[in-house]
Amino acid sequence: MSSPEPAVSEARYTWGGDEFLFVEVSESMSLAANFRVMSIAEKLSAMELPGIVDICPANASLLVRFDPDGLPPSTLEDAVRTIEGDLAHHQQQALETRIIEVPVWYEDPFTAEVAERFREGFHQEPGGTDIDYAAKVNNLKDASEFIKRHHEQPWLVSMVGFVAGLPFLFQLVEREKQLEVPKYLSPRTDTPKLTVGHGGCFGCIYSVRGAGGYQMFGVAAAPIFDPAQFLADFKEFMVFFRPGDIVKFKPVTEAEYNAIQAEIAAGTFRYRQAPVTFDLSKALADPEGYNQELMEALNGI
Amino acid sequence: MAFDIKNPGLATTVQDQGRTGHYNVGIPQSGSMDQYAAELGNALVGNTAKEAVLECTYMGPVLTTDQDAVIAVTGAPVELNVNGKPVPEWTRLQLKAGDELSFGVIRAGTRYYIAVQGGIDVPEVLGSRSTYSLGAIGGFNGRKLQAGDLVPVASPLYDGALPDADTVPEEFRPVFAKEQTVRIVLGLYDHRLTDEGLDNLLNSEWKVTPVADRMGLRYSGPGVKWKEREQPFGAGSDPSNIVDAGYAVGSIQIPGGTQPIILHRDAVSGGGYAMVGTVISADMDLLARAAPGTSTRFVAVSMDEALVARKELAELKRNARAALGASH
Repeated sequence: MSSPEPAVSEARYTWGGDEFLFVEVSESMSLAANFRVMSIAEKLSAMELPGIVDICPANASLLVRFDPDGLPPSTLEDAVRTIEGDLAHHQQQALETRIIEVPVWYEDPFTAEVAERFREGFHQEPGGTDIDYAAKVNNLKDASEFIKRHHEQPWLVSMVGFVAGLPFLFQLVEREKQLEVPKYLSPRTDTPKLTVGHGGCFGCIYSVRGAGGYQMFGVAAAPIFDPAQFLADFKEFMVFFRPGDIVKFKPVTEAEYNAIQAEIAAGTFRYRQAPVTFDLSKALADPEGYNQELMEALNGI
Repeated sequence: MAFDIKNPGLATTVQDQGRTGHYNVGIPQSGSMDQYAAELGNALVGNTAKEAVLECTYMGPVLTTDQDAVIAVTGAPVELNVNGKPVPEWTRLQLKAGDELSFGVIRAGTRYYIAVQGGIDVPEVLGSRSTYSLGAIGGFNGRKLQAGDLVPVASPLYDGALPDADTVPEEFRPVFAKEQTVRIVLGLYDHRLTDEGLDNLLNSEWKVTPVADRMGLRYSGPGVKWKEREQPFGAGSDPSNIVDAGYAVGSIQIPGGTQPIILHRDAVSGGGYAMVGTVISADMDLLARAAPGTSTRFVAVSMDEALVARKELAELKRNARAALGASH
């Protein structure tokens, strides 16, 4: 299949000591850059080069850990450069992935309580809430308009990491429509588990309780990291999200949130999800039209 | 058999060589911070390098054993006692059922290791027994030890065969110095530092602050300067910010240009701060021996020099094991 090449220039190769190769595909974030990163990661993984320890695709860069005793640095660099060269001529356009509905209780009491403890010296507008501030800096009318913008269009998991199982999310809309919010002035020492956060152009869901600097808008209703592997969605692996997943947030009320907690306790909760093929050129040509098509996959699940 | 934890100490965790293969979803390497000390402890008690040990931080535990046990304590210099009587470090010790092991005040460094014949026998999680506290996986119930824990110990390996020597010769014991030279490979985002910033990094003395743990060590010093630029989309507003990327273990980030942070084995796997270089693999154990208040100089080396140092460390370990007569 042929389509216009995404605007991704040549990557920058650099070393993280004697065990890490860092490949910066782009200094700035874009869907095309993330897609290139994921393509390189996938092809490198398929090569099964002995001596590769970890392949970590990130938003616009790739980190590869290797064992230099078995894999000389130059051999690894050559392999990745060859993959990159092939992709520059023939970027693969389709990604087999899944769309997942993630229920969120926006403006919940858990994040509100923590936010109250970190205002003066931490937040840009200590007198207001994170979500009011986010609405204001994005020139939106109020919190409810911000929430609508946050959940109406889906997001791509562009990276998993920071802590175990935390997804970074990039909204599938034109750059002018991206929600951008500065991080806290100084990081909090506490963030509730499952906080739906936002910093710069990235959304995230905090998989565990702990430090964090992203603005807090709500809590996801169900686990995304389950070391005990209690729920069916975690049977194969304790981490739920994978790079390339597509996330559709669904606002839920307190009553719906509580109903989900009961399902989790009973072990019956399942995420609504469906397999989809994500096509980069369609997503770049008509984001919102294509998003509608993607979201239809969730109908009737 | 089991160790009965009477007092857990400050932060005592089960560690081994760590888990790899899951950094792409944010699960860090974990494992003993001072791999060299842990490995020689294991060698003294007839284990392979893979067996799990107890990593003690500043203040060790008070524990008793419910059966006879062969142990060794290696790492930072500390007074240790069996039933209140001083016994030597870096030396194999025979405990009788009911004996109590306890520790005095650490004299330098930060961490020491209790190795036991057979190894600490907690279940493997994702291929390792190491504790990752933030994710609550591995180790003893995914956390540091608490009073009352019964920590299981496996049966001896190789029919209980032990190496000929029962103590690590002085020449193979690491130095816990007040001044360290740590070798780094410049790279990642070092091009974003000003010349003056780079000069500060490499030609200043940096002090380890008390903000130092298994995730990383923070240093105080003259700070560095970042080049001004128009920030790329998604990178955040400070010149030390980048579009969130993967963090190499051992990489040095300098948020805001003030205090360098070197990431260690429980580090976050990624984030939005530019890194300017990475500690070479051969010097990662050194960081684990740096106590707050000690000073560090960073020396830039090439990739080739880093690979030579890596070989030298492997050779040192082989020679140390040979000096013990360790065969596994």
